[in-house]
Amino acid sequence: MNALLLTAVLGVVMMFSSLLLKSKTAVRILAVSGLVLVLVVNVLEMSGVIFFRIDTKGMMGFDRFALLFNTILFACTLAYFLLSARDIEKVGPNYSEYFALIYFVLCGVTLVSSFRSLLVLFLGIEILSIPLYILTGSDKKNLKSNEASLKYFLLGAFSTGLMLMGIALIYGATGTFSTGALVSTATSGSALFIAGMLLLMFSMSFKVSAAPFHFWTPDVYDGAPTVFTSFMATIVKAAAFIAFVKLFNELFGSLQQQWQLLIAIITAITLFIGNITAVFQQSVKRMLAYSSISQAGFMMMAIYAMNTDAKEGLLLYSAAYCLATIAIFAVLAKLKDYSFDGLNAFARDQPLLAAVVTICLLSLAGIPLTAGFLSKFYMLKAAAATGKYTWLVIFAVLMAVVSVYYYFRVIQAMYFRDGETQTIEITPAFKLTLVALAAVIILLGIFPNLILYWLYF
Amino acid sequence: MIPVLLIVIPLVYGLGAFLIKNERAVRSWTLLSSLITLAVSVLGLTILKDDSFLQYRTSWISSINTSFSVKLDGMGQILCFLTAVSFPLVFISTWNSQYRKPNNFFALMLLMQAGLMGVFLAMDALLFYFFWELALIPAYFLCSQWGGERRIAVTFKFFIYTFTGSILMLVAIIYIYLQTPDHSFDISAFYNAPVNTGRESWLFWLMFVAFAIKMPIWPLHTWQPDTYEQSPTAVTMILSGVMVKMGVLGMIRWLMPVLHLSFYQWGDTVSTLAITGMIYASLIAIQQDDLKRLVAYSSIAHIGLMCATLFAETQSGMQGVMIQMFNHGINIIGLWIVIELIERQFGTRKISQLGGLAQRSPAMAILLVIVALANIGLPLTNGFIGEFLMFNGIFASSVTKYYIVFTALAGLTVILAAVYTLNMIRKVFYGDTNALTAAGYSLRFNEKMALAIIVVFVFVLGLYPKLFLEITRETSEFILNKTEISLFKK
Repeated sequence: MNALLLTAVLGVVMMFSSLLLKSKTAVRILAVSGLVLVLVVNVLEMSGVIFFRIDTKGMMGFDRFALLFNTILFACTLAYFLLSARDIEKVGPNYSEYFALIYFVLCGVTLVSSFRSLLVLFLGIEILSIPLYILTGSDKKNLKSNEASLKYFLLGAFSTGLMLMGIALIYGATGTFSTGALVSTATSGSALFIAGMLLLMFSMSFKVSAAPFHFWTPDVYDGAPTVFTSFMATIVKAAAFIAFVKLFNELFGSLQQQWQLLIAIITAITLFIGNITAVFQQSVKRMLAYSSISQAGFMMMAIYAMNTDAKEGLLLYSAAYCLATIAIFAVLAKLKDYSFDGLNAFARDQPLLAAVVTICLLSLAGIPLTAGFLSKFYMLKAAAATGKYTWLVIFAVLMAVVSVYYYFRVIQAMYFRDGETQTIEITPAFKLTLVALAAVIILLGIFPNLILYWLYF
Repeated sequence: MIPVLLIVIPLVYGLGAFLIKNERAVRSWTLLSSLITLAVSVLGLTILKDDSFLQYRTSWISSINTSFSVKLDGMGQILCFLTAVSFPLVFISTWNSQYRKPNNFFALMLLMQAGLMGVFLAMDALLFYFFWELALIPAYFLCSQWGGERRIAVTFKFFIYTFTGSILMLVAIIYIYLQTPDHSFDISAFYNAPVNTGRESWLFWLMFVAFAIKMPIWPLHTWQPDTYEQSPTAVTMILSGVMVKMGVLGMIRWLMPVLHLSFYQWGDTVSTLAITGMIYASLIAIQQDDLKRLVAYSSIAHIGLMCATLFAETQSGMQGVMIQMFNHGINIIGLWIVIELIERQFGTRKISQLGGLAQRSPAMAILLVIVALANIGLPLTNGFIGEFLMFNGIFASSVTKYYIVFTALAGLTVILAAVYTLNMIRKVFYGDTNALTAAGYSLRFNEKMALAIIVVFVFVLGLYPKLFLEITRETSEFILNKTEISLFKK
């Protein structure tokens, strides 16, 4: 509750900040310190210090899982701000509004992570999405950015329609929006209810860009300004996943038999399309867009398995995936050429940055000693523990091998190929943040309990 | 404490080596590190043989019941000793080879050593997997950065191959873990896992593929000749001398006792594959004109014999394999050293372009001939002991009906090995010199020393194998007991 109110207030504050603060630096400092504050109050709420008590009539519930998830996402956003705040300012003249929109997105994140009513879920998803449509189109003079924004808006609106229809059908079947009350009556599984569930499944699949609802993803990620792609592909996607998990755990948990195979198939298709298509990309940015689809495929395994391992794994996976992707995008945003060749000989010119990017790529590929390995491990373990659909586990690891192909192409370009020297401006603070991120990735790869511990104590 | 030191020393020195810019300094630094590691390993073999020194265990991720558990058993002793001996040998013998960015090269070498030690010591399945992958990453960078002209594509093939195998192994580990009574990754829990028989077969194949790719077993060997050829020779020495033993060790420690029913059930199939591979590789080796590829194929044949012997499940065979792992490692490093010298001096590895080297460089010729004879298993050399025990093991096998066929066909490859090895010696070292080789090459002191150490090993173990037989007996008995071999006794 702390973070929910604070992010909403900070969003409004940021909107008006450009009126009062004339320098960009001041706006940036305000944005970063605001986020630190959000992070602090959220951690305080985890340890029982609650500043506001508002009766939500049971429509929201701030449990440990949700709060921990929020903490992870806020921490990732902080890393994102520290790395990319300067690049956000370069997108256009309305820099303080960009920060404001990001705060509104975070407000949506807190809503979707703690909903107990389908109405709040709908609100959260909308608050999450609408600022993103604007951010995608924020590069106003760029045709691709405009196209991406329009495409995202139209398809997003369509999926929102599906979601509303699904909610309406479920309301029709049960007469309530509350997820808590539904569990008891849901078991009957009337046709109305199942239809509603499917519509919700499809619209959530759209939000997390699971195949075959992923078609918007590459175009939108490619067209949007790189800084915002980074935000969309990581924090927003992870938030959509927690909504997905909560929905299917709390509301449809008793119907697992009925949707498990369908989710397994969606997972397999997502893994397949994300990985195979990523192999053929020539632009690193577009490759990362497809890789985000394939990573979503791995996260879908948490929904498929829906056990304790899966929940722990999703937390770890979100942290690992967000941190690594944010770091790679931050470095990528500094480059002029986004093709694989643009990274040639990067290690010679920027050995430190190249090393950090390598660690991030190894993490995304799931090599031990990085957080990415343990998160994949938890997902596989969760899926294996269900005792069903062994083919899915084996298929997933084979797809992980495919992912090695395109992640290592970047490493090959950076280290083993020769290219022209390009000069990019790197501040010491940027380097320091990147090194810290790499350290966190490795630390989580050895001691995952640093995060998981908080789930229980 | 010893196992921890064996991993930590190369790790710390390796990370330190990244920071040393001076070439001589970094060479001395890495040599120092490898000598300290060797000293620790020897201490573990000789003085500090008490169990309290040889194992270490501490909790790691308690929620999934995995621990940092390392232990030196008999097989571990031998393989860690091999690793500890190989790295100084490599560093000494390649003292004069030039590398771009030497600090990165030597740092990665030491990190690879740490990874290899970890694989040989890990007594926890997840930890084993960790080190298994970690040994691979430095190898990938070493080969891609410092290798021959086709290095990038070839190393990538190598990486994808082994990564595929290892991640399939991870799936198998997870499934076995889920079947252990107390959900633990500990090796003893794995040994007691009541894997249900319907599952065993495909779990066996998932794990087998990982080990077979690493060893490599035909038909999963295609990465190997290319990689050995394209890698810088110092790395090839480690890949072929030490890293392939990861696969053999995995099979002995993590496959045979854990999934022993399938190990028995698929024994004939795998032995057939291994022996087919041996004959196939030997025939190709005879045709090779490139020295590196010749040794690469001969290595496939040698490893194939180890694999076939393991599936015979006999005491003598097991001990033979363990000893042969060491011998094969030492001998093949000797061969690579000579090849590296020839290539550096004459700029070619083509057998057809060389000849008459013995006239001008008799020392090199003598040392090479000794190592080559050990490689084909002549009596009095270390190779003979290993091969004799292994053939004895296959022939005495009680788990296969085809033991006579297997022994005969495997024996055929010994003859083929003599053909290609002696042929190579004849063409490279004897006959007339040509324009290229007329100058000859006299060994430097460090190269002589490295080869001399290898020759000492060849004879000491050839004449007095008891040293190693004692160490390996307990481990092989233990593993065989786990396979309940007694049920199948004739």
